[in-house]
Amino acid sequence: MSKPRVATTSLAGCFGCHMSLLDIDERILSLIERVDFDRSPIDDIKHISQRCAIGLIEGGCCNEENVRVLYEFRKNCDLLISVGDCATMGGIPALRNNIPLQECIDEAYRTGVTVYNPDDITPQDPEIPLLLNRVYPCHEVVKIDYFLPGCPPSADTLWAALTALLSGQPLELPYELLKYD
Amino acid sequence: MSKSKSVVTEICNRYGNTRVRLMDIVRDVQQELGHVPREAFDLIAKGAHTHRVEVESVISFYAFLSERKKGDVVIRLCDDIIDRYQGGEAVAEALTRALGIGFNETTSDGRVTLEKTPSIGMSDQAPAMMVNDVMVTRLTPELIPGLVAKLRQTNDPQSLVESYGDGNNAHALIRSMVCNNIRESGAVILADYKRERGLRKALTETPADVIADVKASGLRGRGGAGFLTGLKWELTRESPGAEKFVLCNADEGEPGTFKDRVLLTERADLMIEGMTIAGYATGAETGIIYLRGEYAYLRPYLEDVLNRRRAGKLLGNGILGNAEFHFDVRIQMGAGAYICGEETSLISSCEGTRGDPSDRTPFPVAKGYLVSPTAVNNVETYCCAARIMDQGAGWFAAIGTQRSTGTKLLSVCGDCARPGIYEVPFGTTLREVLRRAGAENTAAVQVGGPSGQMVGPAQFDQGISYEELATGGSMMVFSNDRDILEIVEAFMEFFVKESCGYCVPCRVGNVLLKSRIERIRQGDGAPADLAYLKKLGESVKRMSRCGLGQTSPNPILTSLKNFQPVYNALVREDKTGLQKSFHIMRAVEEASVIAGRRSEVFHA
Ligand SMILES: Cc1cc2nc3c(=O)[nH]c(=O)nc-3n(C[C@H](O)[C@H](O)[C@H](O)COP(=O)(O)O)c2cc1C
Ligand code: SF4
Repeated sequence: MSKPRVATTSLAGCFGCHMSLLDIDERILSLIERVDFDRSPIDDIKHISQRCAIGLIEGGCCNEENVRVLYEFRKNCDLLISVGDCATMGGIPALRNNIPLQECIDEAYRTGVTVYNPDDITPQDPEIPLLLNRVYPCHEVVKIDYFLPGCPPSADTLWAALTALLSGQPLELPYELLKYD
Repeated sequence: MSKSKSVVTEICNRYGNTRVRLMDIVRDVQQELGHVPREAFDLIAKGAHTHRVEVESVISFYAFLSERKKGDVVIRLCDDIIDRYQGGEAVAEALTRALGIGFNETTSDGRVTLEKTPSIGMSDQAPAMMVNDVMVTRLTPELIPGLVAKLRQTNDPQSLVESYGDGNNAHALIRSMVCNNIRESGAVILADYKRERGLRKALTETPADVIADVKASGLRGRGGAGFLTGLKWELTRESPGAEKFVLCNADEGEPGTFKDRVLLTERADLMIEGMTIAGYATGAETGIIYLRGEYAYLRPYLEDVLNRRRAGKLLGNGILGNAEFHFDVRIQMGAGAYICGEETSLISSCEGTRGDPSDRTPFPVAKGYLVSPTAVNNVETYCCAARIMDQGAGWFAAIGTQRSTGTKLLSVCGDCARPGIYEVPFGTTLREVLRRAGAENTAAVQVGGPSGQMVGPAQFDQGISYEELATGGSMMVFSNDRDILEIVEAFMEFFVKESCGYCVPCRVGNVLLKSRIERIRQGDGAPADLAYLKKLGESVKRMSRCGLGQTSPNPILTSLKNFQPVYNALVREDKTGLQKSFHIMRAVEEASVIAGRRSEVFHA
């Protein structure tokens, strides 16, 4: 029987959740014995190549590209997990949600105190994805099956969640893995 | 400023320069100046021996207090679902047209401000509005131009009252067009009775015996929670404290209820008699009637009743010749906050602060008003107590059911031919109430107001009682023509607005619940949304601090239970796993305008 496949992505996140995944250290060896990685920033595969059992989503959706990627994951993964606070709640990027979009763009490209932009250009290249009107947590865009809170969720949390899913056991996260102070 | 200075100083003196009377002080300043100007905050703080921040927090808390200058006349249109269904929206439009302003705006001559307000206790004669303190009921869009013209001409809200309502509504100190709409009187509260006989009888007994009588009658609170009144009085009596207090909850804020309005109008003496008996039983010498701001039109009359009672030795020192027993009552006006009906908020408000609830324990019976033992009871509860002393505990206990003794006043409103007050023995079925009220094609009844439960025909054979269909009085009837989820959404909107904001589950949870209902109503809902509503609703109930948050999800939870098919018809399972409520083209629209180009990714 072929191994279940896992895909991962970072949308409007900081890659912290992926760093946390790498923090499982040598356990990654036993992980790759049990699963194959599909699309992921870790192996740099750009698109999901075949049906995956699990998709791990870091970050919420701040632009149209994020939405497109999330749609691809939803379409091709049996289970989607929102990993970390940005995916589950919008997180730090969602701080912009109370500021008008034009102001955000101006602050970033024109008026911010550290901006050097003598020609006063706001980049408009079609390559640059359009921003969404606000930052959305993933479950507002597609159905999400599980949520792993934390900023980031610790390596042990991710490990516990993945191994439980892969072995079909109920997931029991001890209190220490869910408290953050 | 010099005028407001002398006004403020005079008002602070009027209330003995004490911060406990801050509510009265700022209310009077508002009345005199049309608002409470920011420049006056320091002056008020000094005059009331408190801090500026206390003054500011009180003014920002209550809907009827305002730092912003308003018109000489403030029109507050009742924006309740009952009013809306009786044509309130057309009236709202007629008002904006006649005045040439929108809601929350003031006419350019500074004369009229237009606002909306939640239930004002006139659901039996909706749509209704308050024009300053004057109630104008049974509005139609056609009436509005004439009313506005009249107001412009006289500048006197009272001029809008052309004929008076029945009973004491026509009293020289009330002069209101409000009608009592008493449809059925029962044996206890609206029956003819001999004044002061209950009080006289009580004074022949020891306080402990009075409490024993009230206990034996099985009387339970009529304000909603249904706590045993005799036990409450006993706890108040037994709690240590040099001073004790008896508070009467006349806040009547639950949308759809208006029975306390009628009691205050027609049974004020009976109510105060009951309070006096409570004073005797608990050992309190001071009583306070907390009167909702909306009922300010009843205040002069109630003050007069109090004065009459003082003159007749029914209040004051040595009541009815009993040299040991002193008891007097003051009226505390509210200022437009539903939460102040909750007993700990009510106490905060009487103490001159924001109407924030406080943690119970300690309960008010141990540490209430001014940290002293306090019995808080509903208007109707006091009326019952006076009748029990008069007619005997056995007489009372024989009426109603085993666990719900006596009669209950119901305020029936909405889609029925005869809205109004019905005094029925506990145990009367809802079906019977609906029949008497002339309700036909009834799809749903909201029993106990938004914080109660929404029931359908399958529950109509249950009885009105604490053990089956509990209600503080509110009975809102909705016919088959109404949209269940529209009603639910309106109730959630009410709670969102009235939450005091102290705790997250209530402040945030109610907003989330409401927006999920909106999503379902728009046709974007999935079955998972129903599970979400249930789970979140239960969390809000369990995790909130006071009764508001502990009941606010009820419209959703009870309609989910009793009207499941309505929800099921609106939600659809979506195989794609995409959220129907997320619209990518809408989400990129703004950025698309800013960038001056279409979405490369999604534009088909
Ligand atoms: C949000 C909220 C609003 C309330 N409003 C009222 C009210 O308007 N009138 C009332 O009598 N009780 C109201 N209550 C119930 C009171 O807290 C309290 O239980 C009642 O006044 C006690 O009197 P009773 O035992 O005679 O019913 C309210 C409770 C909550 C939680
Ligand atoms: S439950 Fe709501 S109204 Fe009550 S204290 Fe909490 S926030 Fe305030």
